[in-house]
Amino acid sequence: MEQFEGKAIYNGVAIGKIKYYAKSEQQVKRYKVEDVDAELERYEKAKEEAGRQIEELRQKALAEVGEDNAMIFEVHAIMLEDEDYNESVYNIIRSDKVNAEYAVAATGDNFSLMFAEMEDEYFKARAVDVKDVSERLLRVLSGESSQRTTGVEPVILVAEDLAPSETVQMDKSKILAFITREGSANSHTAILARTMNIPALIGVDIRQQWDGCVGIVDGREGLFIVEPDAATLEKYKGEQKKERENLELLQSLKGLPDETKDGRHIELYANIGSVGDVAGVLANDAAGIGLFRSEFLYLEKDNYPSEEEQFQVYKTVARNMAGKKVVIRTLDIGADKQAAYFHLDHEENPAMGYRAIRICLDRRDIFKVQLRALYRASAFGNIAVMFPMIISEKEVQEIKKICGEVRGELDSSGIQYGQVELGVMIETPAAVMISDRLAKEVDFFSIGTNDLTQYTLAIDRQNPKLDSIYDAHHPAILQMIQMVIDNGHKEGCWVGICGELGADITLTEQFIRMGIDELSVSPSFILPVRKAIRESVYQR
Amino acid sequence: MQEFRYVITDEIGIHARPAGLLVKEAKGFDSKITLEANGKSADATRLMSVMGMGVKQGTEVVIKAEGPDEKAAAAKMEEFMKANL
Repeated sequence: MEQFEGKAIYNGVAIGKIKYYAKSEQQVKRYKVEDVDAELERYEKAKEEAGRQIEELRQKALAEVGEDNAMIFEVHAIMLEDEDYNESVYNIIRSDKVNAEYAVAATGDNFSLMFAEMEDEYFKARAVDVKDVSERLLRVLSGESSQRTTGVEPVILVAEDLAPSETVQMDKSKILAFITREGSANSHTAILARTMNIPALIGVDIRQQWDGCVGIVDGREGLFIVEPDAATLEKYKGEQKKERENLELLQSLKGLPDETKDGRHIELYANIGSVGDVAGVLANDAAGIGLFRSEFLYLEKDNYPSEEEQFQVYKTVARNMAGKKVVIRTLDIGADKQAAYFHLDHEENPAMGYRAIRICLDRRDIFKVQLRALYRASAFGNIAVMFPMIISEKEVQEIKKICGEVRGELDSSGIQYGQVELGVMIETPAAVMISDRLAKEVDFFSIGTNDLTQYTLAIDRQNPKLDSIYDAHHPAILQMIQMVIDNGHKEGCWVGICGELGADITLTEQFIRMGIDELSVSPSFILPVRKAIRESVYQR
Repeated sequence: MQEFRYVITDEIGIHARPAGLLVKEAKGFDSKITLEANGKSADATRLMSVMGMGVKQGTEVVIKAEGPDEKAAAAKMEEFMKANL
């Protein structure tokens, strides 16, 4: 048994036979041609045929992996027609009086080298596209078929590198996983693998002699195991089975409405902590994002993130969610989440200390930067904003005043923004008790059950000695949730739960009967909760 | 000659997709349209040149249009950049 590390670009487990995919190296011969015009004509014909093939691939990709991923073939088509590229081919044929194959190979090498030498990872990865187009031209010129077969048995494909057109052409039912030495997380092959839900690792030190061996791809840990021992194989077979069951659940529940047996609709949203999580949200078919924790923007940095940086992140998420609701929580820093540049003092009791909205209302400069970014991003999707750790109406009125100022500033600079719903997190007993009054100020409530439980039961979540008396189903909590729902509804607010309790499927039916409108859970809980919703009855 | 400046806001910069669309747009005009950034310049109708500039987010690009339909070309380019980049 041997184990290798790589960078995982799609989580998942695959077990199967390894197939080493050898590129048919195009041996390009250089020879002199007498009739230059005939050679140019031969090149033009090859270009036409290559264009036709690329269009076919684009159609195939369009049907299989969607418009965004199919776009790369449109880029290939433009590269094929590019004047820089074609002038170079023409020049070589004309001035050296050589064959078209040689001119294409030389041109392709030049341009792919140009990209390969660029600093930026994205542009570097484009070298593959130039090569892909050039190799297609070479195959057409040499009359070689572009179809490759991988055999009848599904395999783990091991290759030095894969061009996007190679990935698309492969019969997906015959591929268990991709393993490559080259490539980046930005490469189209990586993106395609993700779209097709195929486990994939890049940057693996591959060996040709693996061909025919049994391999295990562990996409979560980024491991590739060759010739596993019996115990390892058993372990992974078990994990694969679990994964498959999950996938079946996903397939059977995907696209189904989040409705109870008697037709009550629940908004089932996902909680995320970074842009990278959006893929999981979409893969698990959530109807929106109910909690986007904006802290990561601040925690990953050595200094305050700029308005532009934040705007780009919020815009990306809003755009990727394509009109579905995205509820973004403003900075919730302090307590257990610290960033050195905030210079927060050490506190005896940080959970009850200087944190979240308390910092934001005290340091408006920081708060306003975030609000401006949020409002600007709202022009690109359906953004709602919620505020953490609220204990009073006065705080909410103050926040709304600042939001008004931000909108005014954007108006006077002519910057567009969309309709933004404003809501508060209900996570302190105080907020619960005054939820009737808070409801008059906002559009929605989202109940943060983790903090609410900690504050209500006076139990520190970090203290393991208290685990035995920590009761997430405590009647005090459930009564509070009922009170918040009722008070919210009286004023036309929608009410959701974004804490861990929202994913507790033993309570789903009870929450629905209590009148909850929205549940926001980690992406991996979406489908189990959907199942629970669909098995529930709203009215007895 | 028409000229304007634009700061790229796209996360990846002038990447393949918008570059491809930009080239298509530029080809629709008789004017010569050039992009200048990072001390390099590129004919906007040439994909390799445009992508070869490696323009990243936050970079200011100078766009020039010269020719019979330069006004329309510059206006269209500005509209395109704002919408796609």
